[in-house]
Amino acid sequence: MSKNDKKQQVETTGHEWDGIQEFNNPLPRWWVWVFYVTIGWGLWYTVAYPAWPLLTGATEGYKGFSTRGQVAADIAAVEAQNAPNNAALAASDLATLQTANPALYSYAVNAGGAVFRTNCVQCHGNEGMGATGYPTLSDDDWLWGGSVVDIAYTVSNGVRNESSPDARFSQMPAFGDILSNEEIANVVAYVRALSGQEADATAAAAGQQVFLDNCSACHGEDGKGDRMVGAPNLADALWLYGGDAATITQTVKNARFGVMPAWSEAFRDGGLTQAEVNAVAIYVHQLGGGE
Amino acid sequence: MSQGDTPLYAAREPIFPKRVSGRFRNLKWGIMLFTLGIYYLTPWIRWDRGPEMPDQAVLVDLAGRRFFFFWIEIWPHEFYFVAGLLIMAGLGLFLFTSALGRVWCGYACPQTVWTDLFILVERWIEGDRNARLRLHRAKWSLNKLRLRLTKWVVWLLIGLATGGAWVFYFTDAPSLAVALVNGTAHPVAYTTMAILTASTFFFGGIAREQVCIYACPWPRIQAAMMDEDTITIGYRGWRGEPRGKASDPNAGDCIDCMACVNVCPMGIDIRDGQQMECITCGLCIDACDDIMTKMGRERGLVDYLALKDETREREGMKKTPIWRHVLRPRTIFYTALWSAFGLAMVFALFVRADIDITVAPVRNPTFVTMSDGSIRNTYDIRIRNKNGEAHKFVFSQTSTERLWLSVEGSEARVVEVPADQMLQVRVYITADAGSPAATAERTVLRFWVQDLESSERASADSYFTGKVR
Repeated sequence: MSKNDKKQQVETTGHEWDGIQEFNNPLPRWWVWVFYVTIGWGLWYTVAYPAWPLLTGATEGYKGFSTRGQVAADIAAVEAQNAPNNAALAASDLATLQTANPALYSYAVNAGGAVFRTNCVQCHGNEGMGATGYPTLSDDDWLWGGSVVDIAYTVSNGVRNESSPDARFSQMPAFGDILSNEEIANVVAYVRALSGQEADATAAAAGQQVFLDNCSACHGEDGKGDRMVGAPNLADALWLYGGDAATITQTVKNARFGVMPAWSEAFRDGGLTQAEVNAVAIYVHQLGGGE
Repeated sequence: MSQGDTPLYAAREPIFPKRVSGRFRNLKWGIMLFTLGIYYLTPWIRWDRGPEMPDQAVLVDLAGRRFFFFWIEIWPHEFYFVAGLLIMAGLGLFLFTSALGRVWCGYACPQTVWTDLFILVERWIEGDRNARLRLHRAKWSLNKLRLRLTKWVVWLLIGLATGGAWVFYFTDAPSLAVALVNGTAHPVAYTTMAILTASTFFFGGIAREQVCIYACPWPRIQAAMMDEDTITIGYRGWRGEPRGKASDPNAGDCIDCMACVNVCPMGIDIRDGQQMECITCGLCIDACDDIMTKMGRERGLVDYLALKDETREREGMKKTPIWRHVLRPRTIFYTALWSAFGLAMVFALFVRADIDITVAPVRNPTFVTMSDGSIRNTYDIRIRNKNGEAHKFVFSQTSTERLWLSVEGSEARVVEVPADQMLQVRVYITADAGSPAATAERTVLRFWVQDLESSERASADSYFTGKVR
């Protein structure tokens, strides 16, 4: 059978241009039906799911599906899963949790890590490494106390803020208006000597009396600080704002007023629940400096 | 489609292998019993590993990421044992193929074993070759429907048992068996069983030899391992040809009874010579030997033959003894390679420790200054306790400089790791203020972990980062 014979057998559409005819080769039936089904499915889809654009939004679809709704549902599912742990954590005695309930403790460390990385790292840094003006949480020096209960209180109520009536509060006077420049220079030398840094011996000797008169009420006669008022230990190697003479002079003259928000949901919208406060306190406590 | 075009699709010619008995058939029955026995019974073997460990001898614990094989326990980081076993299996196949041809295909391959079982069931229900041929050609009737349905149900039951046995390898078999019956087992178990039931039914009942011919890559690779010394199945054509009636004095030994063709599960005629489809199962040898014995002629018209012997025998020389075919440089090389892997793995198995540690220094921040001016680094150390009981471990470190080690949550620097678990422990190294390590950029140190019960030790190297002004 030649090619011409084959041509004879096939139906043509009747179209002809310059002797060239158009074959009629219809699509297979099943293929066409699949095509119709996809059209039907496409129409159904636009009714079932958000599809048609409107002036201020789009049709919602009768199934009420949205990706935001899906995320919300996923979050709700995880929260429901964690609810028993959180309830137990909110009610537990933080000081003894590690030995009393190791599993819940481990949950708290992980959950607290998430809370910390969301809310705390902005100032306190990764793993609580701290920054100038923002205390390092992984060392052994604490302004307001480093027990897990102390930490939970600080997280809940914050420091020197106006939202919590129970916030940790103290204020160092700006000694620039009280002391003379010479007295300030002397007390700075004394403070540097206290922490074992290089200082002019005569100035430091003169500064001791200034310190006892003006500073020891909060920082203690030995300069080791007082946690009741959040007065830093001046005799150690750690400086929140810097231990060089210029920075200490600035601190003495103008004072510092570091503020931390009260994180409890009692004091701010979208704040931390009691379980989250406890979790982040446990996390911070195990960063390396917990007492 | 016009005439003269070859269709691209070849419809399958149904095969109805005839019942046969003989040496190789008996060997195949034995191997089938043995391999199916291993497959079905292994999950039920118990092995005592202590109270906190599973007591199943062979268990792939995917959730716990452990593989148990009698006294051996493999952790994920020891997966090279599994890789080694796979390499050994591969080399073993090379060895057997170069010595004995497609002996794996003919006797031990699951596809062959299960198909053999399915054909056995088919014969029990529908009768031998002729009855099955007749049934195949018959129009659908109540009787045909009854026979087919019975066969399919039995096949499905075998498939179900196959899938059922498979899931037992992945969790405790007795408790899973109870859960499966109660309907409380995990959906994954039911899904796996359903998939394996369907695939067993399809591969053993419907696809059969087509899997070997079209789907399996192994037959194609095997040709590379075979040479003229490899034992395959051959037809002594110089003895059998020309075919003819037994009474014909001019004819050869082959009486063209088609016995060898009728029993072949691959549907080929071995007298056409070496063929891709042949899985060297030896059933044609049994069939032909049976006929030759009845005829009073010499057996072995169809026989296990090396290509080399075929040439020799055709020229009237004597056959080379089997051991001279099998023992040749190629097989000796494969054996040596196989044994080398085996010995290396046995060695690795015996020297591996029951504990080991890995150290990850906390890099952000690299160090923390303490209130007394000392410098502290933090490390996350993972201890793996592969013992069957909880063990206590004590930490220490060695270094050229003076460093102090402390462990989060333990003043005694001791932690307890539960049986067969990994524990992450936070460890601190402190260098005194102004000491060499505290001011150097990098100080090398080695962490040690000692098992307080067995005194076994493990170590890992790390470094200490100081504060460089």
